[in-house]
Amino acid sequence: MSSDLKIKVRGLKKAFGSNVVLDGVDLDVPRGKSLVVIGGSGTGKSVMIKCILGLMQPDAGSIEIDGQEVVGMPARERERVMRKFGMLFQGAALFDSLPVWENVAFGLISGRGMKRGEAKEIALRKLSAVGLQPEVGDLFPAELSGGMQKRVGLARAIAAEPEIIFFDEPTTGLDPIMAQVINELIVTCVDMVGATALSITHDMHSLREIGDNAAMIYQGKIIWAGEAKDIDNSGNPYVEQFVKGKAEGPIRMPVRSF
Amino acid sequence: MTTILQPIGRTFLNGLSAMGRLTLFALVAVRHCLTPPFYPRLLARQMIEIGYYSLPYVGMTAVFTGMVLVLQSYTGFKVGAEAAMPTIVVISLTRELGPVLGALIVAGRIGASMAAEIGTMRVTEQIDALSTLSTNPYKYLIAPRLWAGVTMLPLLVGVADVIGILGGYFVAVHKLGFNEGNFLKNISDATDFIDVFSGLVKAAVFGFTITLMGCYHGFNSKGGAQGVGKATTNAVATSMILILILDYFLTELFFAR
Repeated sequence: MSSDLKIKVRGLKKAFGSNVVLDGVDLDVPRGKSLVVIGGSGTGKSVMIKCILGLMQPDAGSIEIDGQEVVGMPARERERVMRKFGMLFQGAALFDSLPVWENVAFGLISGRGMKRGEAKEIALRKLSAVGLQPEVGDLFPAELSGGMQKRVGLARAIAAEPEIIFFDEPTTGLDPIMAQVINELIVTCVDMVGATALSITHDMHSLREIGDNAAMIYQGKIIWAGEAKDIDNSGNPYVEQFVKGKAEGPIRMPVRSF
Repeated sequence: MTTILQPIGRTFLNGLSAMGRLTLFALVAVRHCLTPPFYPRLLARQMIEIGYYSLPYVGMTAVFTGMVLVLQSYTGFKVGAEAAMPTIVVISLTRELGPVLGALIVAGRIGASMAAEIGTMRVTEQIDALSTLSTNPYKYLIAPRLWAGVTMLPLLVGVADVIGILGGYFVAVHKLGFNEGNFLKNISDATDFIDVFSGLVKAAVFGFTITLMGCYHGFNSKGGAQGVGKATTNAVATSMILILILDYFLTELFFAR
């Protein structure tokens, strides 16, 4: 049922010159569920998520958010749809000229015109939700470890209580313990704000921790989709090779990434 | 023949394409400069960065330019130098050297830092993050910089004109022994509104050019540290060339009859 879908993608295409990155992606993200898309480096995961976010214009295809077509939508309306989104970037993408609390409160102050005092209170509450003390709020991003930056990025992603949260490689570059902490925080925070989540990763442990559903992208197409718990018994040789991390198999890894 | 023409044609088309992209970027940026929301806090920060922190560099350039002008004119003219010198100093500084040298100094300082800052934000996805936080990067990053460039450069050049003339006065009176009263009177007589006004208009145009180039190259940088470095170099180089080209056309606009 289309009304049960928070995000519906059909025939999404994107090429850079002669290099076809997305070649007709079809993807459904059910409302209130967490979908994790796996795939090797350079398979188009990031391009797909950027097209859905509106950071990149697709060449063809359809993207519906809450049943509303967003491809080709006027900029002002698109900005309104953007308010439904929260995003945790791979490198956290914190604004290094602003203290931590202002990073977390940024969307509230700049995007929604909230008073700074009120926004700071919310920011400190969100920092607490991701396990950070209020004193961290006055530090600058450069003073934080990679794991703490991810936590701050997560606090920023949930600050405005978005309807959809995107996670781009949330555990990349973290040690296993911190990766597990982040996975657990993602699950907690998504439940807390009651959001739909779309993540991209190549971390299988992360997929099992945060995903209700899973899909695999290969050569610009979704080649498998199902429940996350079924990923080990997909019956798809591409998925099996990826899940088991075998060098031999049908997957040929591209050299360039996008 | 085809092998010779193909690269020439490709270069020409690439040049046209780059100009088109820059023009589009400029139009979008100007539109966002004129429509709310505005960010006064960011504008103030950029005005201080461009205006206040550039003042020592522009001031030093101006004072020594004024001093050298007087010295060069004196050794060049010998006879009648005392009468001609104030006119030379005023016209050279207000019409040309003040705005052009000031703009070149600011291009090196501000153009580079803008391209590096915005370029780093681009490659670390901070600009994408702005969009996901319901904040238009043009309004937040570009508009305050363009406004600050257009307003601060004329102010800087106005101050540079005064400092440059003071430098000239110092050398003329205290080194060459010119009559102080005559020098100041001649300076006052030689100062025309159009000379100062044209210099300030040039400064505003150069301010727009410098900040536009810094923002454009930074905004479109890619490929990590190397890409940011390239953006920085391109921002400074294109700003400087454009300043000299625009200087000619603006001079023609104001003074060619």
